[in-house]
Amino acid sequence: MGTLTEEIFSYKLGRPVEQGETVIVEVDQVMSHDTTTPLAIQAFRRLAPLNGGRVFNAQRSHIVFDHIVPAATVAAATLHRDIRAFAREQDIPILQEGICHQVMPERGFVIPGDIIVGADSHTCTYGALGAFATGMGSTDIAVAYATGRTWMRVPETINVRLTGELPRGVYAKDVSLEIVRHLGVDGANYRAIEYSGDTVERFSVSERFTLCNMAIEMGGKAGLVAPDDTTVAWLRGRTERSYPLLAARHPRYERVIEIDVSTLQPLIACPPDVNNLASVEEVEHVQIDQVFLGTCTNGRLDDLAIAADILRGRAISPRTRMVVIPASREVYLEAMRLGYLEIFARAGASVGVPGCGPCIGRHFGVLAPGERALTTMNRNFTGRMGDPGAEIYLGSPATVAASAVEGHITDPRNYL
Amino acid sequence: MGRLWMLGDNVNTDVIIPGRYNVTTDRAQLAHHCLCEVLPEFAEQVQRGDIVMAGHNFGCGSSREGAPVALLASGIRAVVARSFARIFYRNAINIGLPVLVCGEAVSACAPGQQVEVELESGLITNLSTDQIFRAEPLPPFAARIVAAGGIIEYILREGTLR
Repeated sequence: MGTLTEEIFSYKLGRPVEQGETVIVEVDQVMSHDTTTPLAIQAFRRLAPLNGGRVFNAQRSHIVFDHIVPAATVAAATLHRDIRAFAREQDIPILQEGICHQVMPERGFVIPGDIIVGADSHTCTYGALGAFATGMGSTDIAVAYATGRTWMRVPETINVRLTGELPRGVYAKDVSLEIVRHLGVDGANYRAIEYSGDTVERFSVSERFTLCNMAIEMGGKAGLVAPDDTTVAWLRGRTERSYPLLAARHPRYERVIEIDVSTLQPLIACPPDVNNLASVEEVEHVQIDQVFLGTCTNGRLDDLAIAADILRGRAISPRTRMVVIPASREVYLEAMRLGYLEIFARAGASVGVPGCGPCIGRHFGVLAPGERALTTMNRNFTGRMGDPGAEIYLGSPATVAASAVEGHITDPRNYL
Repeated sequence: MGRLWMLGDNVNTDVIIPGRYNVTTDRAQLAHHCLCEVLPEFAEQVQRGDIVMAGHNFGCGSSREGAPVALLASGIRAVVARSFARIFYRNAINIGLPVLVCGEAVSACAPGQQVEVELESGLITNLSTDQIFRAEPLPPFAARIVAAGGIIEYILREGTLR
């Protein structure tokens, strides 16, 4: 009985669990990537007296190279080399085919009811498939690698109910930004966010990924959508494991936020903070030096399709540059097959290797002081994409593509 | 006892250790770039025993553990804030960096003052103004981890995660 989070923990622990309890729980999957694994290995080594230096289960341990891939500097290459040695020693295959939060679900490592911990704040993304997935630091992940367990205070839940049809030009990303307006950057601190309502029921898994991905931007511990037929259809062929279709039952939510999405318009998060929101009309004409389409928030096939529709037969503005990074090899290959990558390349965009790309300011389009980027990222902290004197605006793939054509922030509805 | 460094609200982990410097596990290197974009003098001037105070939502953003590591390796004795972002708070406890919630202290103190923090009692003393504040006690499980010196130490002592 309870929220989806309480249902998941109760299911896992085989007894009723209530929000507010601190529990020790077995984790189904553990993940770390190329910039968080090094510190995890250090901490893991220190636990060797307990477990003989072996990970609890190599099939449930996942190391993904995505943040700086291929290695852009000697420092990164050295970290990669050392992680590879650890992975070989532990019989853990390294996944190097895209962003961790895209590859983990694609590869069938996420099913409803799973408890998943990852050494990356956007691990909450997997909640879109009805798992309880949360980001932690490297030492916590080392403990999970070593013991297969973690300690967790079961969080209270904020219910975000989305109703109505999305207007033309408004997408899951805009809805996610609108939710940030309601909760602010720490309104969900220590809370799980459960997304429900008819809009969510009609959302594809990709749109649900976009929603849940941004739970952490409001401080959320997890973001979840109850699994349904959409979830089952998406998982078909990706996993052999059976799973329960858990749902909230007579939940006690700490807070319920209702949003009628039919009233929304395209939104922009202005620097330096994701809660610095403006309608696209309010910031139209802000000149943009670099447009970036990609990331765990919006780097999937449907995101690329929306952008390709706008860019087909067009060129990006000579005043701006564009970087497109499909979130995974699977997305990259399908986008190639459908002709999207050709559309981007012919438009003048740089199409890159699946991974995080310029999102964390290491490669694939770092920004100089005074430059402005418009991106499909989830975060626009000062200095994130390079120099602290650069500015980052956030928007949907449609907004980003339309803006690439004009060289300034542009209402995507002009191009639909 | 040490010098007080003060930061505002929503200080994210990119500010604490920018991504381009978070490419190492070397603690001295991380300390060297700690807060470099907002407090360029910090790395050079920080002394063992100094205290950081901050506003709401300290440590928000990326889960990078380099952030609390950089602060701890800089010699910071404790971070006192109005509130902490969840992942940072947990990381700090796990690596043995004391994190205390005390909005009252943050409101009353100013940069450069001499402050002492007593972890067991949660007492924060501003030696420059003779004011004393009491921080919220750590949740019980977190308190046990901090008392052990960090989660690794805790687990090694207990023999398992319990």
